[in-house]
Order: sequence, then C-alpha cells, then structure tokens
Amino acid sequence: MIKILFFARLREQLSTDSLTIAARENLTTELIRQQLAETDDVWNKIMSPDSLLVAVNQEISDWYQQVNDGDEVAFFPPVTGG
Amino acid sequence: MIKVQKNDFVVADEYLRLAGDNQDGAIVTFVGKVRDFNEGLDVQGLSLEHYPGMTEKVLSDIENKAREHWPLNKVTIIHRFGNLTLGEQIVFIGVTSPHRKAAFAACEFLIDFLKTKAPFWKKELTSDGSIWLDAKASDNDASQQWHNKLT
Repeated sequence: MIKILFFARLREQLSTDSLTIAARENLTTELIRQQLAETDDVWNKIMSPDSLLVAVNQEISDWYQQVNDGDEVAFFPPVTGG
Repeated sequence: MIKVQKNDFVVADEYLRLAGDNQDGAIVTFVGKVRDFNEGLDVQGLSLEHYPGMTEKVLSDIENKAREHWPLNKVTIIHRFGNLTLGEQIVFIGVTSPHRKAAFAACEFLIDFLKTKAPFWKKELTSDGSIWLDAKASDNDASQQWHNKLT
C-alpha cells in the first residue's frame, strides 16, 4: 500500500487528509496524480499539476519519481510559512 | 536546535541559550510576527498548518546548508503552528558566530529558505472570511538569489 497525504487548500477542497492506494509496478508520482485526478471533476481540477507540489517519503520530489510499496506520498500547494 | 510547536516562545530565553559561548562574537536573531494587513484586507489572525516529520527534516537540511557556507556555532529555528492572533510571534531564527557578517548572512539565508522550502501553509482570517495565502514570487526570488550567490 502507498499512503497519500493532502495538506492545506488541497486537504480542504478534497475534504480528505489521507487515503491509501495499491502499489503496482512502475508507479510514479505523475501516475498517482493522474489516477487521483480521474476520481471526478472536483479532483480533476484540484489535482492539476499547476501550483501543485509532491513529496515522497517527506522529501520534495518531481513528477518522475518512482513510488514503491510502503512509500508516503504527499500533495500540497506552494509553501507559505515564515 | 529545531522546534516546531504550538506554544509561543520567549525571545529572552532563546537569546540566553544562544549567548552562552565566549567564542562567539556575534548573535543575530529574527522574529516573524502576525501583521494586520495583506493585500488590502484586514487580517485578524492566522491558522498555520504544517507537514509533521517533513517540516523538521527540511529545517534541519536548511540548517546544514547554512553551516556549509558560514562558520556558525549555535543555530535555533522555532516555528509555530495552529491558530495565532494579531501580533503573535510566528517564527524565531537565531544564529551565533565568531563573526558578525556570517551571523547576519546566515540568519537571512535561513529565513529566506524556510519561507520557500519548509512545508508550512498560512490561512489568513480576515473580515471577509478565511483565505489560504498564495506563495509570493518575491520570496522565491530571495531564495533564488542565495542559490546564485552561493553556487
């Protein structure tokens, strides 16, 4: 299983902070994004790659990163701390 | 020392913790606060969310980067999360070094990188409702300038 997390605006707009998906061969951050975007129109809009960041195992990543069973993948908007 | 916490911090206590070593000729600190305006709206407070685990990792990476570039002795980074009201402290950065220029530069580097790399998100509570803040291009520019300067 792969744990997926959502933060900030995404978490609110999707009304969920986490879910799990099944692991499979050759899975990447981009494929997970596409899979989630296909859920419905709301997800499709929110999971569009504009202004969307992804982290794998708590490290900022790109859209080509391979994702393996047991990984934690997080999607969130650009950060605004400080 | 890196702390991500709900509670407020006391600058005097943090200063004393930084000030103990006689090898340091310089201490520079920065405090970020909740201010009462943003893009023309009346801000009444903030709600700050973060990614527990990743936040601490990123802050530790930023500290290590600063240590690669400047001779630093102590480094303190404290960032709060949760609900904050107007005027409350959000973030503390403190660095000590034998030299003043290194301390100033490292402190500015740390806050510039924190703002663009650490997974915190601010939601402003205004008279018109609550709004997630968008990242500022000027913050990215500040971070990018360090990158250009140091590489």
